[in-house]
Amino acid sequence: MRNYVLVLLLYCSGSAISQTCSNSLSGTVIDSHDGTLLVGATLIVAGTEQSVDTDFEGKFTISGLCDQSYSIQVYHPYCSTRGFTVRVSGDTKRTFRLEHHLEELNEVTLQGKAMLTKTKTLNENVISSDALERFSSGSLGDALNSLSGVSSLNTGNTVVKPMINGLHSSRVLIINNGVRMEDQEWGSEHAPNIDVNSAGNLRLIKGAGALQYGGDAVGGVIVAESAKIPVTDSLYGKTILTGASIGRGTSLTTQLTKSYKNGWYAAVQGTVKRFGDFEAPEYVLSNTGTFERNAALHVGLNRFNYGLEAYYSLFKNEIGILRASHLGGAEDQIRAIASNRPLVINDFTYDINSPRQDVTHQLARLKAFKRFEGIGKVSLQYDFQQNHRLEYDVRRGDDRNDASLDLQLKTHTAMLDFDSHLSENSSLKAGLMGRFQNNFANPGTGVRRLIPDYDKYDFGVYATVDYRLNDDWLVEAGGRFDYSYMDVLKYYRASLWEARGYDERYPEIVVLELDNQILANPEPNFNNFSATLGTTYSFNDNYKMYLNYSLASRAPNPSELFSEGLHHSASRIELGDLDFNSEIGHKVALTFQRESDIFSFSVNPYVQRIDDFIVIEPTEVQQTIRGNFQVWEYRQTNAQLLGVDVDASYAFAHNFRYNHQFSVAKGNDLSRKEPLINMPPVNTKNAVVYQNIDLNNLRLQLQSEYVFRQNEYPETNFDVFIPATQTSETVDVSTPPDAYHILNFDSSVDIGIRGKSDLTVGFGITNILNTSYRNYLNRLRYYADDLGRNFTLSLKLNY
Amino acid sequence: MKILKIAAIPFLTALLSTACSSDDNGNIPEIVNEEEVITTMTVTLSPEDNGADIILSKTDLDGDGPNMPVFNVSGNLTSGTTYTGSIELLNETVTPAENITDEVKEESEEHQLFYTSDDNLDVTTVSVDNDSDGNLLGTEFTLTAGAASTGTLTFTLRHEPKKPNDGTLTDAAGETDAEASFSITVE
Repeated sequence: MRNYVLVLLLYCSGSAISQTCSNSLSGTVIDSHDGTLLVGATLIVAGTEQSVDTDFEGKFTISGLCDQSYSIQVYHPYCSTRGFTVRVSGDTKRTFRLEHHLEELNEVTLQGKAMLTKTKTLNENVISSDALERFSSGSLGDALNSLSGVSSLNTGNTVVKPMINGLHSSRVLIINNGVRMEDQEWGSEHAPNIDVNSAGNLRLIKGAGALQYGGDAVGGVIVAESAKIPVTDSLYGKTILTGASIGRGTSLTTQLTKSYKNGWYAAVQGTVKRFGDFEAPEYVLSNTGTFERNAALHVGLNRFNYGLEAYYSLFKNEIGILRASHLGGAEDQIRAIASNRPLVINDFTYDINSPRQDVTHQLARLKAFKRFEGIGKVSLQYDFQQNHRLEYDVRRGDDRNDASLDLQLKTHTAMLDFDSHLSENSSLKAGLMGRFQNNFANPGTGVRRLIPDYDKYDFGVYATVDYRLNDDWLVEAGGRFDYSYMDVLKYYRASLWEARGYDERYPEIVVLELDNQILANPEPNFNNFSATLGTTYSFNDNYKMYLNYSLASRAPNPSELFSEGLHHSASRIELGDLDFNSEIGHKVALTFQRESDIFSFSVNPYVQRIDDFIVIEPTEVQQTIRGNFQVWEYRQTNAQLLGVDVDASYAFAHNFRYNHQFSVAKGNDLSRKEPLINMPPVNTKNAVVYQNIDLNNLRLQLQSEYVFRQNEYPETNFDVFIPATQTSETVDVSTPPDAYHILNFDSSVDIGIRGKSDLTVGFGITNILNTSYRNYLNRLRYYADDLGRNFTLSLKLNY
Repeated sequence: MKILKIAAIPFLTALLSTACSSDDNGNIPEIVNEEEVITTMTVTLSPEDNGADIILSKTDLDGDGPNMPVFNVSGNLTSGTTYTGSIELLNETVTPAENITDEVKEESEEHQLFYTSDDNLDVTTVSVDNDSDGNLLGTEFTLTAGAASTGTLTFTLRHEPKKPNDGTLTDAAGETDAEASFSITVE
């Protein structure tokens, strides 16, 4: 009906002015964010009130215009209305860009799918806000673990380090609200310092394709973004309260957003989590409590042509480390491994004692963008991060309450990015990055510095281009160069300095020679090239293929270069190497996927070769007065990783769905012809989900998780002499634990309460059968079982 | 790469002006000498009949560094003699050396020293000093040399052992803070 009226209007007004004017204005209306054509946008010419709609290709034509300026209003149901002034001269073509805010909000909240992808030829896995909320009381790593191909390297149950296709730590970049996290991520027992509740969605890129964030993502990139804020007058919020039986703890998170039609907005978010000792099926895991407090604040202005935002977040987490994992030498290790129960089991408590970690991460970001008509969008960002990490060991005497490790890492980054649509079919992204980082290791600990004092300077430049050949094919290519320079001042033990031959190779970097320590000033610098090349092909509406090659170059991290000494939490001596160069990864990933409501699947095989891959492996046993310790040295080798991740989802009956995940990864050290250590075992997750929108959106899920035994591992056992028994015994640190199977249940139901508020009640049980198991990728698996049966109850209030 | 370095300078200048305030490169970082490390264990055995002391020592001056510990046994034990033993623990990475035995005595309820001899060696050891709770501490002991024999005698300092315990390392558990095995001959 509306169209008839429009046609009528068009006819009438057209005839009224057609005597003198016969020009036309034609073009398209597109989403300014990603160039999506907007179907059904309405254009109204002020004065004549002539009106047209865009067709299914986003195109429009307005005829009967004179050689003059016109004011044109453009409407779209999911966009804020915009007015444009157009100078018509002859037949004029013009592209109108609208900001597609409202639909983004809808997609985030309703479907959990945001519009902007980070790469176009690598399949991205997304965890929506709905799914994230189920991990409200857990960690970022727990949430990511729900994706195929992602596992986690754990230290107990609260230090959860995401691992993408077998790679972790410095090889996985974590981007928090556009800021690359610099939170001492090199440590395998350093969990990411992000509150899982601060993210609106999580996006996983299994490769180095997202060059705007860095070229060193040998493993992949995890992008956490806040929920999009609409450009409307609105006030809304959400609060989630979760209680769990294990750890007898609760988690409370709340967020409140205020937005205005004129583009201004503000959002606050906060989380408090407190858990006592976690429990395995048969015993308390003593000293595994956690106390986490986070807050974040956004303030900004979002207009079509420009915008600015200030963001600040504070993350503070205290984590207890299993008391039974703190050991002396190899003899203690033998006892701890031989015992099938932890050697220290105390009564449940909320107290967190040594060994423990206390980490504070602060992040501040200022961002501004300006859109230049016909050129593109320019963004400028400055961010500052301060990461303060305290680690407390079990100590003696006056040092009892002092931290053994006290590192303060400050990072300043400035980025200039440029996005442009070169044509209707192609777009360009380019940018510059400068970064300064300072690490300060507090000497007041009374323990020699694990990571030395250093200043680090990084400079990066990148560009990526994509081009849509036709409806089916899209190609993408990009390159990045990074230069990094470190200025380090490190005290080496004189005996180590000589044992490694540094005295002969690097006499020129010695600053001071003291009795038993040498102060050296190494200045390593690295030039890294990275690149990506890929294509996507759409077979038809349902089938799609992604093929991508990425080249990633990663400079060795401070731990790989400078580690020197006893690492208590691992009961081993770790040694870095000053001579390391960058590791270079080549990865080819293919994704074949089908997407439809009834049956979807995705098959994602990949092969990766990494030259000069840095691994840490045991080399010898060293005698000290504390007993014998295994020495683990970093070394460089060539590695190959192969694997496949499979996801499938099938709606086999009305309201019922079956979800399947399967992942296999194989890593090989090509030089030594042996498997790589700590590769994720084959695992599969299968779930049956019942969801009924008509029944208060009742959702019931029963999930089975089966993890096979890792049969491919390097043998790293060592023998040690035990004076008490006068025998030589083998310390078995390499044999993986057995396969395990656990069952989990999860449910939720929406309860409408008055007005716009609604309440969602969730109930879940993990490890329903209370199975005792150990996980190969848990660094504390030698000492204790994993978690037992856990009941969780959550209340979510949207308002 | 010189050019790139130069190119980076203006870009980084703004950052550096705020960043360099606290830790200037011209400053030498403060040296850290390990405060807790035990470098030296010295066991002094004084014969009751006023003969010369027998000194057993294990020294590892670089702590967790690559150098091997050095062992020293000043002489053989005499069969049938009872010795008064005392154990001294030092941190010699600092000057003057820090006496760790004092710390062990101050926190006596959290520590215990154990003596383990292998089956070949005929000696008997008895701990004589107690902690503040009246349980064994073990910094002082008596050693009685039996028949002529040769074997290994091990001294182990455990932190946070189970107390009281049955006198074996296995029962006591805790963490090993120091350990020294000496080859001993009774003649």
